[in-house]
Amino acid sequence: MPATPLPDAETLLASLTERMRPLIGPDTGLVGIHTGGVWIAERLHSSLGLRHPLGTLDVSFYRDDFSRKGLRRNVKSSDIPFDVDACHVVIVDDVLFTGRTIRAAMNELFDYGRPASIRLAALVDRGGRELPIAADFIGAEMQVPAGRQIELIRRDNRLTLQITDA
Amino acid sequence: MKIQIKNGRLIDPKNGLDTIADLYIAAGKVVAVGHAPAGFHANRSIDATGRIVCPGLIDLAVRLREPGYEYIATLESEMEAAIAGGVTSLACPPDTDPPLDEPGLVEMLKFRAKNLHQAHVYPVGALTAGLKGARLTEMAELRDAGCVAFSQAEAPCADTLVLLNALEYAATYGFPVWLRAQDAALARHGVAHDGEVATRLGLPGIPSTAESVALSTILILARETGARIHIARLSSAEGVALIRAAKAENLPVSCDVGIHHVHLCENDIGYFDPNCHLMPPLRSQRDRDALRAGLADGTVDAICSDHTPIDEDQKQVPFSEAEAGATGVELLLPLTLKWANETGADRAAALSLITHRAASILGIDAGHLSIGASADVCVFDPERPWRADAAALRSQGKNTPYAGMELIGRVTHTIVDGAVVFEQK
Amino acid sequence: MWLDPANPQLNRNGELHHLLSLEGLPADVLHQILDTAVSFADVTQRDVKKVPLLRGKSVFNLFFEPSTRTRTTFEIAAKRLSADVVNLAINVSSQTKGESVLDTVANLSAMHADMFIVRHAASGAPYMIAKHVAQDIHVVNAGDGRHAHPTQGLLDMFTIRHYKGQFNRLRVAIVGDILHSRVARSQIHALTTLGCPEIRVIGPKTLLPSRVNSLGVHVYHDMREGLKDVDVVMMLRLQNERMNGALLPSAQEFYKYYGLTEDKLALARPDAIVLHPGPMNRGVEIDSSVADGKQSVILPQVTFGIAIRMAVMSILAGN
Repeated sequence: MPATPLPDAETLLASLTERMRPLIGPDTGLVGIHTGGVWIAERLHSSLGLRHPLGTLDVSFYRDDFSRKGLRRNVKSSDIPFDVDACHVVIVDDVLFTGRTIRAAMNELFDYGRPASIRLAALVDRGGRELPIAADFIGAEMQVPAGRQIELIRRDNRLTLQITDA
Repeated sequence: MKIQIKNGRLIDPKNGLDTIADLYIAAGKVVAVGHAPAGFHANRSIDATGRIVCPGLIDLAVRLREPGYEYIATLESEMEAAIAGGVTSLACPPDTDPPLDEPGLVEMLKFRAKNLHQAHVYPVGALTAGLKGARLTEMAELRDAGCVAFSQAEAPCADTLVLLNALEYAATYGFPVWLRAQDAALARHGVAHDGEVATRLGLPGIPSTAESVALSTILILARETGARIHIARLSSAEGVALIRAAKAENLPVSCDVGIHHVHLCENDIGYFDPNCHLMPPLRSQRDRDALRAGLADGTVDAICSDHTPIDEDQKQVPFSEAEAGATGVELLLPLTLKWANETGADRAAALSLITHRAASILGIDAGHLSIGASADVCVFDPERPWRADAAALRSQGKNTPYAGMELIGRVTHTIVDGAVVFEQK
Repeated sequence: MWLDPANPQLNRNGELHHLLSLEGLPADVLHQILDTAVSFADVTQRDVKKVPLLRGKSVFNLFFEPSTRTRTTFEIAAKRLSADVVNLAINVSSQTKGESVLDTVANLSAMHADMFIVRHAASGAPYMIAKHVAQDIHVVNAGDGRHAHPTQGLLDMFTIRHYKGQFNRLRVAIVGDILHSRVARSQIHALTTLGCPEIRVIGPKTLLPSRVNSLGVHVYHDMREGLKDVDVVMMLRLQNERMNGALLPSAQEFYKYYGLTEDKLALARPDAIVLHPGPMNRGVEIDSSVADGKQSVILPQVTFGIAIRMAVMSILAGN
């Protein structure tokens, strides 16, 4: 049983988009983290009308738990189709939790070049940070009970949030 | 020493005995079977209840590694292994270092072996000097020194004229010649049977034709010279067929098969197990089945262990670089029993292949328990399981395809010339 | 025992622990390697070609048989994963016995090696090494005798998949000295597992193994017949020592009947691709015009080879 009732992902995305709109310039480089972050970034990208094409990152090769968990199956490709150097980048992820995924994403991004700035947008911030990382744009804050996790699902182009066991 | 072995199942294949009966030994000989002779008081009584009592085993090929290979194994350790395996008479091949091509070497070996008071040792002399396949050895002198036959061991005799002359010379005296039928050129560089497994594993192959080509040559030369030929370590279906045909025309030819080839085939190499690197190689299932059929119908005259102790350093290397051969004198009995059990062969018939039939190839009067015969006896528990690991083997060669596996059949007593030379619980 | 006794490459969870041969590897393991390699291929396109996956790990290239090409590709792949690489070229001649293979491996293990890349002239050597290393050390076979060259087989499959998509409708021909070729054996196993319905081997009888049919291939001695309508032509290198007269009379005769020329290639499908594991003997097994022609994918094979080796090392190191 969730601690708080689950919000509607589409509603959150709409309010996140409006919160970002005044603060995101047209030359922003938007980068989604596979897989849920990419879904959100795709929607943001088309709503915000940005000049650069959407970038995607798979952080599997930069994670800090490789020795314990090994290489994930279904590693996807990272693709940054714009020049990162001197670019104002916004990283997009679905759920912000410990902050380790974002740390890995930033490390990977720096292998592409030196951005002018990096900001972070996340649909849900569930707290529980283990690194000094904070989001600039959030859809909603949520409490998730220990031992459970919150997931973004996409079906027929509709996004929904779901609580599952970790 | 008067010994009574009581309540054992006495199996004496030569005399057609297979019954519960007591065996009586005195002054080194078998003096009675069934009932004690008048006035017989045993100094020692062995209770063989649940055991089998049979003639001491006769192994046609046991490498004692002396002279020359003492860093691998010694006469003492391998003779100990032989009696632990129930073997009371053994023939050792001439591929020592130096090879057994000088009467002095043969006498020394016989002398050393005799002083151990364990199994009888019958050296097989070198057919050519140094086993080099060029010059004949002094076969008559070697026979006088104690050789029972002449052989090239694993060394080829590539020059057909030399082979012909050697057979003619041996035939002059009626000396048997033991030959490994393998064409050196066709077998060159090969390490496994040239079949499906070698194809998959990328191992250089030795085709069956290496055996049948050489065997055909040997049989034709035997026919020409009248030499008595024994083919050592047959390995292929084609080989069995050639021997069967030769015997059908009454050629004086006999043959043996190594105990590992009775059971194993190329598939047992698995993931390059160097313990399965043998010479001749383990061939296909079809070949193994043909060898078994040859044993069943009398085409194959004997089984031997081809005992070859090898240092661990020579086996813990990639398959093709490993030295070929397996330790086996202690596994001859349980593996022969295993073959009999698996194929439903008569136990007495199976034991005959490692007793009196092997004896007749050696040309010795042994392998039976007739009254007045030398008391060479093996007592074993046919049901006792044991694990073939390094600790259980007395041979210094621990190299066996059966390493760590369970075998059934363990010797409890070995008696040579009426003396108990080995026993274990 | 942490390894599956039925397949010493896999641990008891069915995950890859060593890469010794493509034979017996389930299709999903092969696909995992190929899919992972796609991502690594992208990494090799970037300016910063490194990822930190194997940082702090030591990869030892144990080459008992000399090879600059293969060793270099493994070295590049390991360095792109941020691993530390040590190259050992072990001189093995029949005269100099020296330290045994197992002693060498034991000494290196004591120096905290995490992965051994092994090339050896004797089939089965990597299996022997794999049997004797500690649980956390992985062994990759970089070519053993005639038996296997799994990373080459994998990069060839990656190449075919890249240009042709699925395997289940392809006709593939492997041409040349199959008897002595570890590359051919690995290719045959991989193609079979990945569902290729028709694998042809083309060569003179003296260069085909005696039981080649047991590998599930169609045998051709006439190259023109064998190349008809194939989608993929995989040429094998003919080593110099084969041309000394024992198995083949001369390079010229081999070239005439088994060399890949433009007119022979024309018998294959017009969109057929040509592969070669390298190094090529131009004018012996393959014409320069074909090797440099538009159907040749020989250079891309080299690039893919680095991505495949990165994928293999990453998957092993993580298991």
